[in-house]
Amino acid sequence: MTDIPPRLSLRGITKRFPGVLANDNVSFEVKPGEIHALLGENGAGKSTLVKLIYGIMQPDAGEIVWNGERVTVQNPKAARKLGIGMVFQHFSLFDALTVLENIALGMDAKIPQRELETKIREVMTRYGLKLEPSRTVSTLSVGERQRIEIVRALLLDPTLLIMDEPTSVLTPQEVEQLFIVLRQLAKEGCSILYISHKLHEIKALCDTATILRGGKLVDTCDPKVETSRSMAEKMIGGSLKTIQKAEGRTMGGEKFVVTELSMPAAGHFGTALKDISFRVHAGEIFGIAGVAGNGQTALMLALSGETTTLDDQAIRIDMEPIGKLTAKARRLKGLASVPEERNGHAAVPDFTLSDNSILTGRDRLGLSISGIIQPGKARKYTTDVINAFAVKATGSEATAGSLSGGNLQKYIMGREIMQKPSVLVVSQPTWGVDAGAAAAIHQALVDLAQAGSAIVVISQDLDELLSLCDTLAVINEGKLSRAMKVSEADIEEIGLLMGGIHGDPDATIKVGSLNAA
Amino acid sequence: MRLKLEKRPEPSRLMVVVTPIASVLLTMLIGVIVFDAIGINGQKAVTDIFLTPLLASYKWQDVAVKAAPLIIIALGLSIGNRANVWNIGAEGQYIIGALAAAGVGIAAGGAGGGFVITLMLLAGIAGGTAWASIPAVLRTRLSVNEILSSLMLTYVALQVLSYLVGGPWKDPNGRNFTATAPLTADQSLPLLFPGTTVHLGIAFALILPFVFWAVMARSVFGYQIRVVGSAPHAARHGGFDSKQTIWLAMLIGGGMAGLAGALEFTGSLKALNLGFPSGYGFTAIIVSFLGRLHPIGVLIAGIVLAVTYVGGQMAQTSVHIPNATAGIFQAMMLFFILASDVFIRYRLKIVWAPKAAPTMVAGE
Repeated sequence: MTDIPPRLSLRGITKRFPGVLANDNVSFEVKPGEIHALLGENGAGKSTLVKLIYGIMQPDAGEIVWNGERVTVQNPKAARKLGIGMVFQHFSLFDALTVLENIALGMDAKIPQRELETKIREVMTRYGLKLEPSRTVSTLSVGERQRIEIVRALLLDPTLLIMDEPTSVLTPQEVEQLFIVLRQLAKEGCSILYISHKLHEIKALCDTATILRGGKLVDTCDPKVETSRSMAEKMIGGSLKTIQKAEGRTMGGEKFVVTELSMPAAGHFGTALKDISFRVHAGEIFGIAGVAGNGQTALMLALSGETTTLDDQAIRIDMEPIGKLTAKARRLKGLASVPEERNGHAAVPDFTLSDNSILTGRDRLGLSISGIIQPGKARKYTTDVINAFAVKATGSEATAGSLSGGNLQKYIMGREIMQKPSVLVVSQPTWGVDAGAAAAIHQALVDLAQAGSAIVVISQDLDELLSLCDTLAVINEGKLSRAMKVSEADIEEIGLLMGGIHGDPDATIKVGSLNAA
Repeated sequence: MRLKLEKRPEPSRLMVVVTPIASVLLTMLIGVIVFDAIGINGQKAVTDIFLTPLLASYKWQDVAVKAAPLIIIALGLSIGNRANVWNIGAEGQYIIGALAAAGVGIAAGGAGGGFVITLMLLAGIAGGTAWASIPAVLRTRLSVNEILSSLMLTYVALQVLSYLVGGPWKDPNGRNFTATAPLTADQSLPLLFPGTTVHLGIAFALILPFVFWAVMARSVFGYQIRVVGSAPHAARHGGFDSKQTIWLAMLIGGGMAGLAGALEFTGSLKALNLGFPSGYGFTAIIVSFLGRLHPIGVLIAGIVLAVTYVGGQMAQTSVHIPNATAGIFQAMMLFFILASDVFIRYRLKIVWAPKAAPTMVAGE
């Protein structure tokens, strides 16, 4: 032990939920001024561990030692009192209120508005966080919204700041700005617990990395010494397969063509689609990048047929217009889709997997004949999907809701891919999925393309698109950029195209290189 | 010690069956306690309402006659409730169904027999369907909440009934009573057992649950209803049209209520008067939930509710409590069944261990 006690020390933390051991005897230390990564797949127990530290839940066993003293963190308010701040992945902001009002609402102590505004401005200038306190939140970009949360946390002068997957919704430029702030904070002595599964970010930012797998601590290592690959392998507990892409893959003719597709905005907070055009060849994987909320959902619904257009020619498969066709009819033409939300959109959580197979496969696979469901066929197809995609489930009669996110996603991808669609549109195919499952899903997509299907991948994960796609375009405010070959793409340009929801001009000033990974 | 609700990994199938039974038992228990408290022999009252109709064989036919409309209406409502379409106006559809059957009977003049009776029953279905199509149009075209529109249409149906039985359809030989002329034997539903009140409608109530079961379990239509109710977005993803589902659910609910009305009219009451609507359309909502929206569950729940109807009348004479008491028991059952829904997804856990004393407690 050094003379200075660690800022935070966890000793033998254990937390049990029905049927699962979320944290199993986890012990590690965070030193003052250290940026400490907490790394692990989904379901590895990162979120639970952080909730224990922030007082949202209590551990079943083990102790939390804060600056050398053993503490019980009763609730988040108590955590903030100790000096622990947290920025959640999902923001808790009121869209209709201003930045200042939102921050005031989140404060434990009542501070007069003027005093609070002065303090906010102080914090902002000190860390170079650009925010206009009087702006309404609904007019801000996601990056700006995150800054509100950071300012809110910093106002309490935390000595430990927990960041939960902070970069998942940011453009590369915004990520770089965030890192500058975090480094400055660390230099001033604030410890940072940084939760992520993006390995190159951890290598670029963190001093130490603690890796969790299945609730257990696997390793605490120096990310600067480790390679991304070695950390990934510790994370998934096996060797990571690289995607097998056949070299010099030939592409066929134009298979899926979208021409000047426009859609009015759905509801008050929806995004309208404006003149979206792109073409995907047989055997091509076409990526659509963009920050969340720029029309991805609307585009997904328009392509899958859940919303139809009046212009039949706007969407064509093999030159055949399908714009007016419903999702059911488009599926019969060979277009399959996987929406972003697994539970309740791509699958029915209360239904068994074989019933979920009927949802999208009943016509193409003959799982229903003249209006009568064929349960035997549905079970067989589901079992085939489970086996082919190594879905961890008790069988075809397990309910979809009982599967973990990654396994459910594997099942859903398998359900669509094994129907051999000629066009597959997927949104966020590996969102919240662990690295092992993500690799399997990517491989399946590549194999499907190789078999001659046209694939469209809509994702906010730029790394995923760069490694998976042949061609890439960026969606911003409902408009799609020109398509570019991934081999020739410039990450800086992509970042600029992604913009913020409302294009933050300052974001373009300090552009760092994220190509380090 | 404290109580804690813990999420189950999978919804409990056992609880789906146990909670309706427990609801009935709890209703009986609370009934005994409350009646004793207000100075009425609770045990006797509850026994009369819940058990005597089952134990006394001469009451079975009453139970069967009362259960039939409840079961038939509740079957239709269960389809809607499964798809999250809330048809509260079955009572009105039941009235219009009976009126439509009566209209056909009057139009047929003296003619009767199987063909005319079949036409009357079909008219009943058509009448109920037509009445239910009004909230369906309002909902799908104008997004009008079907709960309110279907409920309000019940009162319109009552006015239609009162106009017809008091005016154009009034029995000229009826000594100025507001009622239609009683049906002739040729226009009445045949009895299953001569000498009893058990008419053909009871056979419908026994067979239809199995038809509905097969349809819900095996047809794409049944699948559509289940998926729309369980996950509307997934239904859209699967290519099911939500408006079509609302239409189907409303029309089936209305059609079944109309059929029940026609059966009750042609099989049991034979004449329509202002007392014709007896709340079956509303009680069927309880039957639908007590039966867990499952056709076979509805069959059983329909019998249970019919027992309370018959038993309520018996308790009126035996312990001198008002007939409305049965309604209180029915409401209690619905209350308990809805309240106990939580146990399907959660389990109650008793935490005995006190919290370990901390060394230092941060916070207040």
